[in-house]
Amino acid sequence: MTLLLLCVAALLALGAAGAARARHPDGTAVVYGGSLALCIIAGLVGLLHLGAAPQTGVLPLGLPWIGARFRIDALAAFFLVVVGLGGGGASLYALGYGRHETVPERVLPFFPPFLAGLILVVIADDAFSFLFAWELMSLASWALVVAHHHDAENTRAGTIYLLLASLSGLALLLALGMLAGPAGNFAFAAIRAAPPSPLGGLVLMLALLGAGSKAGLVPLHAWLPLAHPAAPSHVSALMSGVMTKVAVYAFIRIVFDLLGPPAWWSGVVVLALGGVTAVLGMLYALMQHDLKRLLAYSTVENIGIIFIGLGLAMAFRANGFAAGAALALTAALFHVLNHALFKSLLFFGAGAVLSATGERDTEHLGGLIHRMPRTAFAVLTGCAAIAALPPLNGFVSEWLTFQAILLRPDLPQWGLKVMIPTDGALLALAAALAAACFVRAFGITFLGRPRTAAAALAGEVDRFSLAAMLGMGLLCLLAGLFPGVVIDTLAPLMQALLGARMPAQLGLPWLSIIPVEAARSSYNGWLIFVFIAAATTLTILAIHRFASRAVRRAPAWDCGFPDPRPVTQYTAESFAQPIRRVFGSVVFRAHEVVLMPPPGDTGPARIRRSLRDPIWDALYAPVGHWITRAADVMNVLQFLTIRRYLGFVFIALVALLLVLALWQ
Amino acid sequence: MIGDLLIQGAQMALVLLLAPLFTGVVRKMKARLQRRRGAPVLQPYRDLLRLLGKEVVLADNASWLFRTAPYLIFALTWVAAALVPTFATGLLFSWSGDLIAIIALLGAARFLLALAGMDVGTSFGGIGASREMMIASLAEPAMLMIVISLALLAGSTQLSTIAAFMLSSAVGLRVSLALALIAFIIVALAENARIPVDNPATHLELTMVHEAMVLEYSGRHLAMIELAAALKLLLTVSAIACIFFPFGLAAGPDGLVRYPIGLASYAAKLGVAAVLLGTFETSIAKMRVFRVPGFLGAALMLSLLATLLLYVSRGL
Repeated sequence: MTLLLLCVAALLALGAAGAARARHPDGTAVVYGGSLALCIIAGLVGLLHLGAAPQTGVLPLGLPWIGARFRIDALAAFFLVVVGLGGGGASLYALGYGRHETVPERVLPFFPPFLAGLILVVIADDAFSFLFAWELMSLASWALVVAHHHDAENTRAGTIYLLLASLSGLALLLALGMLAGPAGNFAFAAIRAAPPSPLGGLVLMLALLGAGSKAGLVPLHAWLPLAHPAAPSHVSALMSGVMTKVAVYAFIRIVFDLLGPPAWWSGVVVLALGGVTAVLGMLYALMQHDLKRLLAYSTVENIGIIFIGLGLAMAFRANGFAAGAALALTAALFHVLNHALFKSLLFFGAGAVLSATGERDTEHLGGLIHRMPRTAFAVLTGCAAIAALPPLNGFVSEWLTFQAILLRPDLPQWGLKVMIPTDGALLALAAALAAACFVRAFGITFLGRPRTAAAALAGEVDRFSLAAMLGMGLLCLLAGLFPGVVIDTLAPLMQALLGARMPAQLGLPWLSIIPVEAARSSYNGWLIFVFIAAATTLTILAIHRFASRAVRRAPAWDCGFPDPRPVTQYTAESFAQPIRRVFGSVVFRAHEVVLMPPPGDTGPARIRRSLRDPIWDALYAPVGHWITRAADVMNVLQFLTIRRYLGFVFIALVALLLVLALWQ
Repeated sequence: MIGDLLIQGAQMALVLLLAPLFTGVVRKMKARLQRRRGAPVLQPYRDLLRLLGKEVVLADNASWLFRTAPYLIFALTWVAAALVPTFATGLLFSWSGDLIAIIALLGAARFLLALAGMDVGTSFGGIGASREMMIASLAEPAMLMIVISLALLAGSTQLSTIAAFMLSSAVGLRVSLALALIAFIIVALAENARIPVDNPATHLELTMVHEAMVLEYSGRHLAMIELAAALKLLLTVSAIACIFFPFGLAAGPDGLVRYPIGLASYAAKLGVAAVLLGTFETSIAKMRVFRVPGFLGAALMLSLLATLLLYVSRGL
C-alpha cells in the first residue's frame, strides 16, 4: 500500500518534472520512462494483491474526521492490473510516439497525473478521496484532450467532454452522498456496514448515470468520438482502454460492493442499456471513416458488452443465483481486461498510421501493409481479437457471456425472461457487426493500393511503438490461449463480491475452461490454436512439397478490366454502403441521392448521402437549445440595479427561513 | 482413447475426402434437373488436382496476407469440420470447441477471406468483401440464436451432447425446434453462398459475392479456397443432419458394430441433402442483393422467437 501511494506521489512529481523539462530534449524520455516504471510497479502490486486479504491505509488528508482512506481488495487489485497494463503500454508506446509531439509542454505535465488519478480512483476507500481522484482523472484527461487547442474541433471536443465529465462527477457525488446518509459516513467501510439504503434504486440509477457517462454508455457516449480523435494517440489509448474501465470499476464498486443486493428491475435496465449500447456503438462505428472516431465508437460497443455481463450478474444476483452471477461478472471483467489490451493496441496502431502518414482518415490511406508490415501484423491481431475470433481473447469473454445467457435459471420476472434472450441476439448482432467493421477498418487502411502520396511514402514506426503494439498483441493471444488462468485469478474477487465463484479451471484436463460446475460445455483455446497452426503448416508443407510451388507476379486480373488508378478501389464509404442501407435507413435515417447530369452533359454523376445522429438530435440538441434559451432569459439578471439585487437577497432569505420553519 | 483418436482421425479424413464429392453430386443433380448431362460427380477432384499442379499468378501488389490467407482459411474450416460429428458422436476433441466456437472459426475464415478480397485493391474484391460482411452481419447472429435455442434444450453448446440429446426420447415435437430448423436452413444457404443468396456457378456478374472475393486467386491458393468452400458446405449439412436428423449416429461404447450403420446413414443423409439442395436451387431464382437482408432477417427473427419461447416455457 505504501509502495502504491509512493507511486502515485512519484507520478504527480513526474508531472511537475514534465512541466519543467517539457522543451528539454530528454523530457519526453524522462516522463514516459518514469511512468512506464511506475505503471509496472502499480500493476505488479495489483497482481500480488489479487488473492491476498484487503490492505488499507490512511493519510491525514481530505476530510479531517476520516482522513484520506485507501484500500486494495481483490476488485481494486484487478483494476490496478488493468491500469498498470494499459498505462505501461501507453508509456512504452509514447517513448517513441511522444517524440513527434509538437507541443510537449501541453502533454507531458498532464500524462503522469492522469495515471495517478486512475490509480487513486481504484484504491480510494472513502467518498471524498474517490471523488477527488475522479475529478483529477477527468481534469487531467481534459487537459490532454485540448492539448492541440488550435483546432476548433478539439476545443469543441474538450468542452463537451468537460460537460459530460461534470455530469458524471455530479451524479456520483449525489450517489455517494445518498449512500453516506445524513450522518455523513463517507468512509466506504461505514457505508458497507450500514443497512441497505431505502433509496437504493435511486443510488443505482445515479451510479449508472455517473459511471455510464464516463464509460460511454449510450446515450451518454457523445464525448468519446469527439475526445478520442482530439487527444494524442497514447492518451486516446489510455482514455479508451483504461479510463472507461475505471468507470466500470466505479459502477461495480457502488452497485456490487456498497449498495447491497439490487432490485431485479435494475438488471433489466442495465441489460437494455448494455444491449442498445453494443449494437448502436457498432453501427455508429461502421459509419465512420476517421480511424480514431471509429475506434472510439467501437469502445462504446465494448462497454455495451461489459454492461450486458454486469446486467446479467445483477439479474442473477437479485434472484439469489450466485453461481450464475459469478459467471456473468467474470465474463464482464474478462472483457474489461481484453478490451484494455486490444483497444490500446488498436489506438497505438492508429497513432502509428498517423505518425507515418499524417492521416487519420481511412479514405486517404491504403496499402500500408507493404510499407508498415509489422504494424499491420500487430493491428491485424488486434482487429481479430476485437472481432471475437478464436483463438484470441475477445472470443473467450464473449463465449463466457453467451454461456451466462444460456444458464436460464428459473427467473420469476417476465422482464428478465424477455430481456435476457433479446440481449443474446443483440450481443450476437454486435459481434457480427464488429467483424464487418474491423474488416473494413483494416482492409481500407492497410490493404489495397495507396490512395494518397502520404500513404504511398509511409515508413515503419520506431521500435518502442512496435514493442508496445506487439506486446499487447502477444497478451491478447496469451489471454485467449489460457483463459483459465485469468478466470482462476478472478475467483477470489468473485468470492469476495458475490460469495460464489466459477469452478476452478486450472485443474481441468488439457486446460479447458467450463462455465459452471454442472455444465457440459467447454472450450479450449490453446488446443484450437494448435489445431489451426498444425493444419496450416501441414497443408503448406504438403502442397509445397508434392504440388506446385511456382509463383509468377503479374498485373491484377480484376475480371480483365484492371484500372491502375487507386480511386477505382472500394472506399470505406462504399464498403459500408450495404450495411448502411440495411441498418442505417432505420437508425440514422440514411438517405442516398444520385444526381445524374442532364442528357447531353458529359459531367460526372454524383451520389450524395446524408446521415442523422438520432441521439444527438433527440437528446443533446434539444438540451443545448433549452440551456441557451434559459441563459438568454437569465441574462437580464446581470444588468439589475443594486436595490433589486438586495431585494432578491431579502426574498431568498425569507424563502429559506420559511422552508426551514415549515420543515420542522 | 486410441479408438477415439482413430475415430477423430477417420472423421477428419472423411470430411476432407467427401467434401468435393458432395459438391459434385449437387452439381450433377442441378444439371440433370436442368436437362443437361453435367460434369461427372468426380469433376471437383479433378479441378482441385489441376489447380494444385498449376503455378500461382500473383497480383503485383499482393501482400503476405493474400498468400497465407488460403491456407489459414482452409485450416480454420477443417478444424471446424473436425468438431462436427458426422457418423459417430464420440469425437476425441469435441470438447475443445462447442458450436459457438465452430461458428466463430467459420467467422474467422470469413474475416480472412474478406480481407484477402480487399488486398489487391480491385473493385470486385471490395464489392465481394463488403457484401459478404453485410450478409454475415445478419447470418451470424441468426446462427448464434439457433445455437442458443438448441443449447437451452440440450443444456449444452457441445455438438456431441446436443446430438445425444436429440437421439434420446426427451426431445419430442417442439415448436422451437421447427423454427430453429427453418432458420438454420436459411442461414446455411447464405453461409455457403448458395442460391437464392449468391450463385456459386457464376463469375463476372455484379450479383456475385463469394466468387468476387476470390477473383484474384489462382493455382494452389484457389484450390485451397475451393476445398474450404466445399468443406464448409459439407460441414453445414453434417451439422443439420446431426442436430435435427441424428438417426443412426453411432454413439456410446458399443459403437464398433454401429459404425457401419452410422456411416451408411450418414451417406444416405448426404444423398438426400444433395438431392434437396439441387432441387431447391433449381426451382428458385436468385434474389437481388438488397432482398437478402429480409430473407436473413426472417431467419434471425425465427431463431430469436425459438429462444424466447424456450425462455418463457420449457415445454415449447
